[in-house]
Amino acid sequence: MAHSESSLVAPYFKDIEQQRETNTLGMWVFLVTEVMLFGGIFLVYAVYYFNYHDAFSEAGKELNLVLASINTLVLLCSSLTMALAVYACQTDKQKMLVTFLTLTLILGAVFLGIKGFEYFEKYEHGLIPGANFHYEGEYPLQASLFFGLYFAATGLHATHMIVGGTILAIITVKAMRGFYTSVNYDTIENMGLYWHFVDIAWVFIFPLFYLIER
Amino acid sequence: MAVTSPPMDLRGHEEENYLNWAYGVKSWLLTTDHKRIALLYLVSVTFFFFLGSLAAFLLRIDLMTPQGDLMTSDHYNRSFTIHGVIMVFLFLIPAIPGIFGNFLVPLMIGAKDLAFPRINLGSWYVYIISGMFIIAVVIWGGVDTGWTFYTPYSTTYANSAVVLTVLGVFLVGFSSIMTALNFIVTIHKMRAPGLTWFRLPLFIWAMYATSIIIMLGTPVLSATLILAGLERIFGIGIFNPDLGGDPVLFQHLFWFYSHPAVYIMVLPAMGVASELITCFSRKRIFGYKFIAMSSMAIALIGFLVWGHHMFVSGQSVYAGIVFSLLTFAVAIPSAIKVFNWTATLYKGTIIFRTPMFYVLGFIGLFTIGGLTGLFLGALATDVHVHDTYFVVAHFHYVMVGATVMAYLGALHFWWPKMTGRMYNEGLGILSAVIIFIGFNLTFLPQFILGYLGMPRRYHVYPPEFQALHVASTLGSTVLGIGYVLPLCYLIWSLRFGKEAGPNPWGAVGLEWTTTSPPPHENFEKTPVVTTEAYNYHPFEEEV
Repeated sequence: MAHSESSLVAPYFKDIEQQRETNTLGMWVFLVTEVMLFGGIFLVYAVYYFNYHDAFSEAGKELNLVLASINTLVLLCSSLTMALAVYACQTDKQKMLVTFLTLTLILGAVFLGIKGFEYFEKYEHGLIPGANFHYEGEYPLQASLFFGLYFAATGLHATHMIVGGTILAIITVKAMRGFYTSVNYDTIENMGLYWHFVDIAWVFIFPLFYLIER
Repeated sequence: MAVTSPPMDLRGHEEENYLNWAYGVKSWLLTTDHKRIALLYLVSVTFFFFLGSLAAFLLRIDLMTPQGDLMTSDHYNRSFTIHGVIMVFLFLIPAIPGIFGNFLVPLMIGAKDLAFPRINLGSWYVYIISGMFIIAVVIWGGVDTGWTFYTPYSTTYANSAVVLTVLGVFLVGFSSIMTALNFIVTIHKMRAPGLTWFRLPLFIWAMYATSIIIMLGTPVLSATLILAGLERIFGIGIFNPDLGGDPVLFQHLFWFYSHPAVYIMVLPAMGVASELITCFSRKRIFGYKFIAMSSMAIALIGFLVWGHHMFVSGQSVYAGIVFSLLTFAVAIPSAIKVFNWTATLYKGTIIFRTPMFYVLGFIGLFTIGGLTGLFLGALATDVHVHDTYFVVAHFHYVMVGATVMAYLGALHFWWPKMTGRMYNEGLGILSAVIIFIGFNLTFLPQFILGYLGMPRRYHVYPPEFQALHVASTLGSTVLGIGYVLPLCYLIWSLRFGKEAGPNPWGAVGLEWTTTSPPPHENFEKTPVVTTEAYNYHPFEEEV
């Protein structure tokens, strides 16, 4: 599907370059709010980690390090495929674009699948606060705080993956129809920025919860 | 210019503008025009303002007698929560950015629209839907925690619809973020040729600083409300001392947003004041760069003072000392603005029109509100007046005295631009005077009450406080009349007002170079800016 350049520019922009720069700046500013959102949760975690160091170290060992490590790898690979998709779009390689977008989508789904399995495991071990919580370590109260924060942080992250994945799916369908070219690659680029941000959030969550005192 | 023919006769050959550009409900509810979205905000914000005022008025009537005859204590708690939640989250925060920010940011910078018009419309939908949701919850469910949702009361003990209210407040945060994101990107990327940063009107600087606070603060409130909600549903114990949690941590996180939120409410008002004072002094603003930079300084330092809400919450004394010092520091940029506005008036050609009355009231009341803030920022004084009516009076002087005065000033100043009609000048001045008198009658007694030891949020009180409470209630009645009056004559002006013409005040600024109401595209041709802002030349006119 071929466009003339002017049909892609909204009437309130001077030219496509202004539109592209505006969209990208919008995404960066949005990511600032995301940093503050995750930052709030991390701050609360830091306070309680400082107060209940021993309890948090002990509770952290209940988490599944193997699955989380695999998940970290999966997510980092999805960032790579996303970056390659942006490159493909900027250089007008349509087949490559669709391939990498699809790969990113699949890797994101794998991550969520593994995460879901981990949640199920926690449920079986009785480690979900508020739902039949029975933890047998030395500090059950503080462990409840740890798992509460664990579900808040990973749940917030998973919500971002689901929202991002849905938008990515829509973008992939549009890309299959050849909507994105080297002229209007900004949507793909912004999707990439968001996707990398969600990865970075995970890169903080992983050591904070899984790797303390290992 | 001042043609008095009724609008119906003109419709046939009226110039095309954003109001008659398209007709029908759909053309309004699906519009992406920033000017129409501003009017959607105007209608909904006005609705919430009067609803919140009604709750306040019920409180004042109840407080006429020491034992509180109108309501039970539980209803009283719910009423002041309704008043606080509506006024803070649904009126003060969205009012000036949602109405005047939306209407004026593109016009003042010579753009055709905001950077993301659909996100802008989305922000109104999020606002109105979560607003209605909050209203439904607080009326049918009821919340008695106060607008601050302090833990562990809210998360463990309160027997009211806390989770749903918190959800509503969480949602309305997205609306502010969408608006703020739009403003930041628009101001960066869509200025007209020649409009450099230091040629921007100071209202734009104020909106820019406000937007930065919204972007940095609101997500932290969202995270806090998520945790508080999870705690109430699942009993995690993050803020519950019985389970090892820390209730003061909630206060830290809450005020990390909610103190800067005070600046979200007052910075736009300061931007309005800068515009109005220069126009009605016919003079360049005194110290342009200082006013612009003081907005940015308030945005920055405002994030470092939240601990002054917690001087008696058991936070470390040393933290208290630092927060106290920083609180004094944040008063400096506010004072710079007040001095610069006053210096602008000095030797100006002062024209007393309705907006000028409002803005002069704004300066006076803001000064009182700001100075009493310093009493509260001082550690020892705060221990005496903490959580008393002194605090209530202080923040009402800033929020109602300053922000609402500036809001009404803005409404009277840009009304001709928004609607193309003039209102009755005499009634306008009368309303400004009534509001000023009514406001002071309502809240000056509360300073005294607080100093004498009347605690805030109490339903019953010792009989010796009754005289001052009655005075305050009488004042609130006068204030109420002052608020209803503009509603009447402004609506009247839509039908019967004189045509305003493009520039009824003889003001400078790009928004006055286009027709009133502006065309759908804002400007026939993208304007080119060659001069700095507020280029008033009183002496040249005389020569």
